[in-house]
Amino acid sequence: MRELALHLLDIAHNSVSAHARNITLSVEEDIQADRLRIMVEDDGKGMDAATVQQVSDPFVTSRVTRSVGLGIPLLKAAAEACDGGMTIQSTPGVGTRIEVDFRRSHIDRMPLGNLADTILSLVVGCPEVHWVFRYRVGEFLFEFDDALIKKELEGIPLTEPGVLAYIRNVLEAGVRDAQRSALTMELPLSGEKNG
Amino acid sequence: MDKVKSLEDLKRLREEALEKRRVKTATGEVQVIVGMGTVGIAAGARDTLKAILEYIEAENLTGIVVRQTGNIGMDSFEPIVQVVIGDNPKVTYGKVTPDAARRIMKEHVAGGKIVKEHVIES
Repeated sequence: MRELALHLLDIAHNSVSAHARNITLSVEEDIQADRLRIMVEDDGKGMDAATVQQVSDPFVTSRVTRSVGLGIPLLKAAAEACDGGMTIQSTPGVGTRIEVDFRRSHIDRMPLGNLADTILSLVVGCPEVHWVFRYRVGEFLFEFDDALIKKELEGIPLTEPGVLAYIRNVLEAGVRDAQRSALTMELPLSGEKNG
Repeated sequence: MDKVKSLEDLKRLREEALEKRRVKTATGEVQVIVGMGTVGIAAGARDTLKAILEYIEAENLTGIVVRQTGNIGMDSFEPIVQVVIGDNPKVTYGKVTPDAARRIMKEHVAGGKIVKEHVIES
């Protein structure tokens, strides 16, 4: 996968498979500290310590099914190659929290990619889940909570053309505004380099 | 249709959708299912899903349920899309690029005619 947004889509589906009702996705770009963090928190069925070990290191597992994929170890390896890493906290019956962190400016750090497309796919494709998406860039925070929209719609599917257009516009504008704020913060830095 | 700009506009949209639904239910539910496991995503399933959603938006198709599912178990055919119309058997399509997805939406979902070249035997 060539985008962090695709990895986010992938690991969010693990939470859906774990029967989570509430899933919060956070992306944080801390420009000053030069870190990029992605977090997925769910209230799904959770994992015991042995399972956590297995999903993060597939080559020591004894699994025989295809139920545990390579998504998590691939993302973990990508983070470790960029002065970062992955932590998984999980409690059976309570939920799971996965945090991945990268050095933001690392040359090998994958681009974030299309976050709006990823969130739209999840919100529309898994409507039974309550999705919260937070995207923080420096001081700028974009927050999207689909509970507000679902409350207004009262059971009308999110795939109605007008609803789709609305959700897509909200997500695209929010992500764009956050990324614009990053650009303005980075300008002085690049100016120094050039001068 | 007017552009939806706020949550208030969604209320109006809801009324409209309810009205349309009363007319629509006779033909049965239309479901489009996209395989979104790790392999599917790596093969481009997000762009396939996006093409489907854009088609619904552009053509103003109402009453279509779009679902995601995990690994369907046919990795080499990803991205995989399944179409179910009413009581008809499920049709499984393989290697569905965004272009193929638009064709499936046009000919099968909207037109009722299965796109044979993309069907995989299951």
